[in-house]
Amino acid sequence: MSGDMGIGVSAPRTEDRRFITGRGRYVDDINLRTQQYAWFVRSPHPHAEVRGLDAADALKMPGVTAVLTGADMQADDIGSLPVAWGITSRDGSPAVEPAYPALATDRVRYVGNPVAVVVAETRTQARDAAEMVNVDYEELESVSSATAAMEEGAPLIHEGAPGNTCFDWEWLPAAMAPDARSNTDKAFDEAAHVVSLELVNNRLVPNAMEPRASLADFNPATGQLTLYTTSQNPHVNRLLLCTATLKMPEHKVRVVAPDVGGGFGSKIYHYAEELTVCWASRRLGVPVKWTAERSESFLADAQGRDHVTRVELALDAEAHFTGMRVDTVANLGGWLSAFGPAIPTVFYAPLLAGVYRTPNIYVTVKGVFTNTTPTDAYRGAGRPEACYAVERAVDEAAVQIGMDPAELRRRNFIQPDEFPYQSPVGQLYDSGDFEGCLNLARELNAYERFDERRRQSQARGKLRGRGMCFYIEACGAAPSQAAGQLGARAGLYEVATVRVHPSGSVQVLTGSHSHGQSHETTFAQIVAERLGIDFGNVEIVHGDTGEIPFGMGTYGSRSLAVGGTALYKALDKVEEKGRKIAAHLLEAEAADIEFTDGQFRVAGTDRAVSFGDVALAAYVPHNYPLQELEPGLEETAFFDPENFTFPSGCYICEVEVDQNTGQVELCDFVAADDFGNIINPMVVEGQVHGGLAQGIGQALLEHCLYTPEGQLLSGSYMDYCMPRADDLPNFVVATRCTPTPFNPLGVKGCGEAGAIGAPPAVINAVLGALRPLGVRHIDMPATPQAVWQAIEAARSGE
Amino acid sequence: MREFNYYRAGSVRDAAKRLGAGGNAMLLAGGMTLLPALKMRLNEPGELIDLAGIDELSGIKLTRKGAHIGATTTHAEVAGNVELRAAVPVLPHAADAIGDPQVRNRGTLGGSLANNDPAADYPAVALGLGATIFTNKRKISADDFFTGMFETALGRGEIITQVLFPIPQRAGYAKFPNPATRYALVGVCVAQFKTGVRVAVTGAGASVYRLTDFEDALDSEFSEVALDGLTASSANLNDDMHAGAEYRAHLVGVMARRAVTMALD
Amino acid sequence: MDATVSFTLNGKNVSAETTGATLLVDLLRNHFGLTGAHVGCDTSQCGACVIHVDGVSVKSCTMLAAQADGCTVETIEGLAANGELHPVQQAFHEHHALQCGFCTPGMIMSAVDLLRRNPRPSEVEVRDWLEGNMCRCTGYHNIVKAVRAAAVAMGEEAS
Repeated sequence: MSGDMGIGVSAPRTEDRRFITGRGRYVDDINLRTQQYAWFVRSPHPHAEVRGLDAADALKMPGVTAVLTGADMQADDIGSLPVAWGITSRDGSPAVEPAYPALATDRVRYVGNPVAVVVAETRTQARDAAEMVNVDYEELESVSSATAAMEEGAPLIHEGAPGNTCFDWEWLPAAMAPDARSNTDKAFDEAAHVVSLELVNNRLVPNAMEPRASLADFNPATGQLTLYTTSQNPHVNRLLLCTATLKMPEHKVRVVAPDVGGGFGSKIYHYAEELTVCWASRRLGVPVKWTAERSESFLADAQGRDHVTRVELALDAEAHFTGMRVDTVANLGGWLSAFGPAIPTVFYAPLLAGVYRTPNIYVTVKGVFTNTTPTDAYRGAGRPEACYAVERAVDEAAVQIGMDPAELRRRNFIQPDEFPYQSPVGQLYDSGDFEGCLNLARELNAYERFDERRRQSQARGKLRGRGMCFYIEACGAAPSQAAGQLGARAGLYEVATVRVHPSGSVQVLTGSHSHGQSHETTFAQIVAERLGIDFGNVEIVHGDTGEIPFGMGTYGSRSLAVGGTALYKALDKVEEKGRKIAAHLLEAEAADIEFTDGQFRVAGTDRAVSFGDVALAAYVPHNYPLQELEPGLEETAFFDPENFTFPSGCYICEVEVDQNTGQVELCDFVAADDFGNIINPMVVEGQVHGGLAQGIGQALLEHCLYTPEGQLLSGSYMDYCMPRADDLPNFVVATRCTPTPFNPLGVKGCGEAGAIGAPPAVINAVLGALRPLGVRHIDMPATPQAVWQAIEAARSGE
Repeated sequence: MREFNYYRAGSVRDAAKRLGAGGNAMLLAGGMTLLPALKMRLNEPGELIDLAGIDELSGIKLTRKGAHIGATTTHAEVAGNVELRAAVPVLPHAADAIGDPQVRNRGTLGGSLANNDPAADYPAVALGLGATIFTNKRKISADDFFTGMFETALGRGEIITQVLFPIPQRAGYAKFPNPATRYALVGVCVAQFKTGVRVAVTGAGASVYRLTDFEDALDSEFSEVALDGLTASSANLNDDMHAGAEYRAHLVGVMARRAVTMALD
Repeated sequence: MDATVSFTLNGKNVSAETTGATLLVDLLRNHFGLTGAHVGCDTSQCGACVIHVDGVSVKSCTMLAAQADGCTVETIEGLAANGELHPVQQAFHEHHALQCGFCTPGMIMSAVDLLRRNPRPSEVEVRDWLEGNMCRCTGYHNIVKAVRAAAVAMGEEAS
């Protein structure tokens, strides 16, 4: 009865129709009568004292309702933007968490830092008036790079953070502590080979195609606030609005995240702008709307990556990895974004074992304030940085000892019979078949015929290189208690309600939010499969705190593993109650009722009632065990996972380099992933493609670049190089499956894999092409100029 | 954008009159550069005078003198013109390299030349082919037209009406695009005429310029080999996050060679 | 400064009062309620706003409403004639060529223009044509596949 749309089918998406006909409903598509428009006055300086603000001229401009400042906000007891994860430095002191006001009061710390908001009848009027707000800035010395910010004499950004250090952290998980450092040092002392690399993980701008937007509507008569906002997690937003910033009870606040045009991490956080429009609407008694311009997004959306890392790998004489040391400096920006301190620490270090049996690993991370836009989770969030460090080091080791990089990896793989595998950096890996993935990737790449292809490229005057990467990542955040021990200030479970209607149609209210992930289709496939009902009879409702009991939202590839499992558990409850109802209708014992293909059947007989009959009976309880069972058929489950899930995979990339221009062309990209069980292969492939494009973008094109003082150089698509159709090849993607034992669906998550695995694969390929010219190292992005410069430097023997 | 008045001109004379009437008016052709600039508030005109409705400004005609192309002829029209493809393929080739399809559907030849963006493609082809720019007041040779970054010889109230491109014996335009904007990081147009070779470079400097030592070398022999050992100077070249002056100078040499190869193809 | 613009919008004659500086995309979205064309950038690069004016694809964020006076304007909302999906729309659905959907209307309108000019584009031609349409979700793989599949479907329909 699930028809042909059950689990494992590449069902075309339910949500498509509205998007392909132009009927999507994104925040900026929503307009309310009497709404006014907000425009933010932002700091043009990376670092300055705000000595005063004169709004008199702006207030005289046509259409202007108000100019509101940080002082107004303080007067209204609006809380500062919360940090959602506490990190503890190695000396036991907590990370420095300076109060981050939505509108700066005394000092601005990055270009784009909001200092005031103008509310006017039209957007143009608000913008015109914003230009007339006179802010008296006293410019201060500023610094944009984390390493420069750590130097003596660097300008101090926060009084409470000497040396601009937010935290100085070491990773001592139970599996290694307290001897992580000494054991690792010993491995290096005894090593036959040591590899050492200095790596820069370039800063990126997430660039969801829909710019952020928020429309707040406070009703003075009821005291009810409705916020339409571009969020990946409306309940989390409401939680933070209610408990940390606006301080209203949850029942008075409804947060709606309607169609959202991509997130990639950048729409997780409770941002200054959405808080400000809520507050302004409450203060002014009119709906207030803000829609970012793209150039504003470049300043105001949390950015990603920006690490400088020294990674060292020790090997014994048989090329087994015996130890790894990683020391990272992470650029946090001018203030802390919600998960800013967590991403380069607890989302990073625990993945540094990769897929290898390296027994000793010691990791230190310094989080540093700079005069730049705050950084936070961006697709992959800590895992791409970890994977890049590990996989660059492994390839460098292969070069140094003269071994095929695939063979070196194979020799160090964790073996299938070792799962669950306790890694030295604190993760309990669930399952995997690394050699199987490697072999699949090699086969798809026609690995043995590379030399032939290299000769063909040579004949065309091009240098061909091949690169490999093996990633593993942690999805399905998170076991709340484990996360809590690591500093999380929220639970990380997920919630689903299955509402069966009298006619047998089903609505699912899920706390997961889809902004491209296809939940309306894949979650419906799970329901159709479980209940044996038609896929078209299932509707997935998400993105509205007014409809959905609770939720933690979508990020970290968690929706299916956590949200899908919550749905699965709610379906268990529906089935269990349905069994009791059916038993009554069939005059049998509940224990004797089997449920398959939408039929409740007395085992071993042909006596059965359909799911629809049971649903109807639940709502028209004439023949119903009312003494034992409530009428109705609606069940809710909260699911808090026992562990993370660990997708893994092998990527192989081939490039051609034009040494005359430095241009790198991607010829071939093969991805062999293990996501555990798969609900919808077509959707999973799409997720991989998108992740790969972002990973390739990081490796070859994208660079968020500031002047040393903190002026953003790549502030629009004129300078920030977004991957376009002609930058990318067709991808060859395939999967192997080792189901995770940590959730009943056996699913792991697939949203970030491509962005994690692609960068090292691409850079290893570029280096493979350039090594014959003597090039040993290149940082991302390997732009034409960077490649040309590397070639020139190698030629001149630098 | 700040508010302005929109005026659709009926003729060149009408547009010129309006332009001269004060009120801080600017001409609007395709708008592909002007409108983004207005959105960024880089300019705040009181009025935009739209030239799109003036039929006499649009069209492509081949004569013995060369290719006459009206100022408001779009890049797509040039790129798709069959006669041009046969007679002077470098023009449609270069037009097809501008922007993206939607930009080519609206952007115009006259708009591109009048704007003289240092990274635009058309100025290289105009200078490389030694085009003549006709205005409502006079004609200006390409050698005199491009005077500096975003600057031209056009005077106040002067409107480009058409451009005459002489037909070379052979020509090529090789472009290395800026990875982000797809404008020319460096673009080189090489054209051989009976009277000599012209080499024009865009993207590299403040404005399009000729490369006389390359021209001399190619005058003696029109082949890639003739350029052996020749390098372009990096003095005064642009330096930005995508390409420093050294890299640009290097690309000038590479693109010049490729343009020669294309011309010979 | 206000003036009336009149044009044909998805087959109907329409008029609206507008100012000189009003962009066509804003008029479509705010006055006519056609919110399928999206604004994804302010530098005329992302292509989320692509519509057709006089039969060719243009960026409606880089065109004044006044410039459309007397023109024929088609938007994504007018593409599915009588509720039947255009082959490009259908192919986007079948080949999972969209995820968040934000770039999709512009992407589809751009692809329709391509197929009008070039009924059987190669993969390279599709990728080149889509230079002015950014997508952050799909990596373009399935978009290219869908456009080429639509070309085949339209060819079959025509023959």
